[in-house]
This record gives sequence, C-alpha cells and structure tokens, in this order.
Amino acid sequence: MKYLSIDQCDAFYGDQKVLECVSLDVDKGDVVSLIGPSGSGKSTLLRVLVGLNQPTSGRILLEGEAIDYKNRRSLKKARERFAIVFQQYNLFQNMTVLKNVTVAPVKIQGRPKKEVEAEAVLLLEKVGLGEKLKSYPDELSGGQQQRVAIARSLALKPEILLLDEVTSALDPELVTEVLDTIRLLAKEGRTMIIVSHEMGFVLEVSSKIAFMDAGRIIEVGEPRKILEQPDTDRAREFMGKILRH
Amino acid sequence: MWERIAEELPRFFTYYNVIFFLKAMFTTFLLSLVGCLLGSVMGGVLAVIKITKSNLLRPLRIAAVVYVEFFRRIPFLVTLLLIFFVFQALGLEVSVFTVAVVSVWIIATAFIAEIVRSGLEAVPKTQWEAAEVLNFNLRQTLKMVILPQAWKVILPPAFSFFVLFIKDTALASQIGVVELTYSAKVLNNKGFSAALAFGFVLLLYYTISYPLTKFGTWMEKKIEIS
Amino acid sequence: MNYTIHFSQVVEYIPYLIGGAWISLQVAFLAFCGGMVIGLFGAMAKTFGGRMTRMVVDAYVSFITNTPQLVQIYFLYFALPEVGILMNSYQAVLLGMTLNAGGYLTEIQRAGFLSVRQSELEAAETLGMNLMQKVRYVILPHIMKVLFPSLSNLYILMTLGTSMAAIFGLEELTGRALNINAETFRSIEVFSLTALLYIVVTVVASLLLLAVGRVFFRVKGKVF
Repeated sequence: MKYLSIDQCDAFYGDQKVLECVSLDVDKGDVVSLIGPSGSGKSTLLRVLVGLNQPTSGRILLEGEAIDYKNRRSLKKARERFAIVFQQYNLFQNMTVLKNVTVAPVKIQGRPKKEVEAEAVLLLEKVGLGEKLKSYPDELSGGQQQRVAIARSLALKPEILLLDEVTSALDPELVTEVLDTIRLLAKEGRTMIIVSHEMGFVLEVSSKIAFMDAGRIIEVGEPRKILEQPDTDRAREFMGKILRH
Repeated sequence: MWERIAEELPRFFTYYNVIFFLKAMFTTFLLSLVGCLLGSVMGGVLAVIKITKSNLLRPLRIAAVVYVEFFRRIPFLVTLLLIFFVFQALGLEVSVFTVAVVSVWIIATAFIAEIVRSGLEAVPKTQWEAAEVLNFNLRQTLKMVILPQAWKVILPPAFSFFVLFIKDTALASQIGVVELTYSAKVLNNKGFSAALAFGFVLLLYYTISYPLTKFGTWMEKKIEIS
Repeated sequence: MNYTIHFSQVVEYIPYLIGGAWISLQVAFLAFCGGMVIGLFGAMAKTFGGRMTRMVVDAYVSFITNTPQLVQIYFLYFALPEVGILMNSYQAVLLGMTLNAGGYLTEIQRAGFLSVRQSELEAAETLGMNLMQKVRYVILPHIMKVLFPSLSNLYILMTLGTSMAAIFGLEELTGRALNINAETFRSIEVFSLTALLYIVVTVVASLLLLAVGRVFFRVKGKVF
C-alpha cells in the first residue's frame, strides 16, 4: 500500500480542464518535485490535495483511505495531514510572526498556548527568525516572510508538506535562505511535494521528479534521468529550454 | 424679511423653544444612529451570506441579493409609508419613532451590506485560502483574519452613510416624528417666519452634519496612514 | 390582524402609477441636467477661479451637502415668498432639486477635473486653446469617461429623491400613490406596488445608462 496515492484525478478551473487523469504515488520520506512549463497544472495538483480546488473525478488515497473532499470532516482531517506553503507566502497581515505560527494550533486545534508558543519559537529559530517574533509581515523581506510561512505550516505537525513555487516571488538574493530551510527539512526525512523552477535544487533534494504538461503527468522517474535523459520529446524540449538559460 | 425676523427673534428663542429644538435635534441624530447601528448588524450578516459559496446556502444567497438590490432602489419616503401602514395593519401599537427607526434599519441594511461586502472582498483572496487550509471555519476566518483587515475599508464609507442618512431622516417628519424638520414646521405653523424657522433648522442640520463629515474625512486619512 | 391583502382593487390604477413614474423620471432628468450645468461651472470655478470665487463655491457645496434636500425645498417654497419670490410647488421642487444636484455635481466634476492629466492640458495649451476650448475638447470627454459611473449612480439616487416632490403636491409616482391610497385605503398594496415600480424604473434607468456609457464613453460596468 502506497503512503499517498493520487489516482486518475481530473480538475477544472471554470470550463477549462486543468488536470487530466493525473496519477502519482508518494512514499513516506519521499521528496517529489513537480516540474514543467507554467500553466501545466503543477500548482493545481497541490491545491487539489488541500481541497482548494475540487477534483471532478479520480481518487486521492492517504494510507489506503480515500479523502472525500465533499465531506467536511474528511477534508478537515486531510488538511491536518497536509500543509501547503504558497508562492505569495499568504501570511496573516494583521498578526505578528509568532501569532501567525501559533494561531492555528492554539485556536483551531485547541492545544495549550504555552506549549505551542515554545515550539513556535524553536521552529522560528530553526528557520533563522528567532529575533523577529514580534514583527509584522510587512516589516519583513520576502525571504523572511516565506520562512515564517514554512514555520507556520510546520507548527501544525503535518505529515506531508506541499511547497508551491515558494521561491518564485523572491528576489534572487533571497532565494538561497529559503532553499536552505527546505534542504534542512529534506534531510530530516520529511515527505514533501515541491513545485519549483530551481532545477539545480530540484535535482539535489528530490527522490523523484514528475514532469507535467497541459494538465497531465508526462513522465515520472529518477531526478537525474528526468532532467538529463527524459524519454518523451516534450520533456526533452522543456529541459532543452531550461538548460539554455 | 429681515425686520420681521429681527422682530420675531426674541419670541423664537424662548426657553421652551430651545429645549424643543434640542430634543428634536437629538431625535434626528438618534434616528440615523440607531437605524444605522441595527443596519450594520443585519448588513454584516447579509454581506457574509453573499460571500458564502456552499450550494446549501444558495436560496439564502439569492434572498440576500434580492434584498440588497431591491431596498437600494426604493425611496426612503415610500419605505416609511409602507412600514407605517404595515405596523398599522398588524395592529401593533408602536410610536412613529419606532416606525422611522425600522425604516432606516431596512434601508441601511441594504446599503451597508454592500459596503461590508466590498470591504470583505478587498482583503486578498489568498488570505482566505491561507485560513482555509489551516482549517479555520468561516466564523474563525472572519473574526481572526478578515475583519481585522477589512474594517479599515468598511468603516469610512459606513460612517459617511450614517452622516448622509441624518439628512434623509428629514422625511420622517411626514409620518409625524418630532425631529428637526418637524420642529421647523411646528414653529412655522405657530406663525413664525418660514425663513426663520426653516433657516434655523438648516443651520442646525449643518452643525450636526459638517463636523461629522470633517471627522469622517479625518478618520479616513488616519486609517490610511496606520 | 384584520387586514387582508387585496391587490385587485389597485390593479386598475397601474397605468396611472406608470404615468406618475414617467413624471418622476422627467423631474429627475431636468434636475440632473440643470445640476450638471451648475456643477460644471462650479467645478471650473473651483479649479481655475480666484480665492473669493472658490470660497463662494465651497460655501455653496458645503451648505447643499450638509443639509437635507427636503428642508432646502421647504425653505424655497415657504420662505422665499416672504421676500416676494413666489413659486408654485413644481417650480420650487425643480429649483430645489437642481440646486441640490448642483452641489453634489460640483464635487463630482471637480474630482474629474483633477484627474485630467497635466500633460494633456499642456498639450492643449501649446495648441493655443482658450479655457472654453480646453474644457470642451480636452477636459469634458475625459471626465465623462472617468465620472460616468458616479454620475449614473447619482442619477438613480435622484430618481428616488423625486419621491419627496409628493410632499409638495406633485403628482409623480409617490404623489399618485398617495392619491390612490386616499381613495381606496389599500395602503399596503398601493405602497408595495409603488416600491416595485421604483425598482423597475431604476433598473430600466440603470440599463439605459449602462448602454449609453458603453456606446458613448467606453465605460465598462454592471447594473447591480
């Protein structure tokens, strides 16, 4: 039995089909990267997993149990196990860094505030922001905000971390600090699904890469193989374009 | 005209008339204030209903849209008369002040619902999504994330609606509410010059409305800076 | 409660009410046009005028926008005769509504003036246009596009505002409703029907304005 299994999922955005018969397996401790041209459905796939887009057909199984996205309780349970970090960080603008990290565990999961805060401080120190507890998001750089967002999602102790182009909105000099944080998480053996355009980074951390185009997964495999000797023409063409940059 | 006014002035500003005007002024102010406060509560509820997505709430959503669109297209005077007669038909013995407050409430609900809705929509969709994936329910999302950000967008126009309605409540004089306009009519009927009676009441309206308008502009700037 | 709803008695009055709605629209239209002219001069005075002119316009706008329209019309109707200016109720209502609209439209059009780009004005200057020509060829076309939404909004509010003409005995929509009410005593039916007609009239007006905006001023927008 697979840990996470996406089974022939379709999804629509308005009238447009954005995911078509997508299947993907993820094992515990896997770091799976989704690559491909923009608009190929990579982000949509992550959004489907956390129920921000509804799959119209197909199933998503976690440890053999299908998630029913139409059922509140099932969706709630799924969202406790997945955590997503967005491209635009999406920190709550009206809360301090510490509050951003602690609000969900305390107010939603009802855990003791003291305990959560102690954990949050550790997490923020881990991402290098132990000094910024009392700052508001608009006082931080993009890279710092993104690291807070990562800490926020970790505070809920998710099993699978979904990273949606987390460095795309950042200035080049800020990318490294965020990638370092993710590297750290990969070393800890966290299960992650990453959407990224940083090919070097993807090659380094991934245990598996899926190439997507036009809403489909075209090719899945070993990182080096997909990046260097893909089987399909479309993947070859894409890699060619990327490498020429 | 000026000689007549000068001649009438001492009789016009007797103790009882001044008290009468002050009371009327208070009524005018209260009418808009209470109506708009009640309207804010109901308007807030309607705005939240309007932004829900669930299929289950669809009938409620349609009702909210119809309410908001209809009551923004009915003159306040017609609403006043309609509510007045509805209370009468129901056999409810309520004061005309209550009738007027209910009418303000009904209209204010529709306008404030739109103000609140656009305030809620001014908060980026990504903030809603972030709350959603952290398992916030609608109430928690509104209370902890959206309202703390949206109130800055909602408060200034809601306040100017309140100030605007202070003037519209002049129409409540038509069903017999003793507010400022009514008080001018009473004194005019007692034989005082219309220029004096209505002129003075215009001045009183101005002394309520002008500072409040200025305060509203000041508040809007203050909020913008913070 | 011993009131039963009978719409049957008021149905025959529907054409009479529709006639009233037509008058409401006309009153609103006349007052709006008058107000546009006042507002245009007001806005020009505030943008290009000297200190005194600006102060006079400011006082006018401030007075109009901080006092109720109803009391303004009362003043015109009851107080002006004391200085020998006699008006019938129709004239008083129309003058009152026009002056009132003028105040609001001064503010709206001034905002439009401010939004005209300085570079366009300078271009007009180099073309040797005088003030009237600048207004006619540069400023007006620009502000109509920018202001069309707030102008249509005001027009709808003014249409609703015409209902207070009934207080002065005008037989527009609300006035006619009062007449029917006095005749039939079917108050709830009459006034709910009237309310419905106001909704229909303003929705139709909104649709027409939308079409006008699309065709003449390239404004995108929605009715609701």
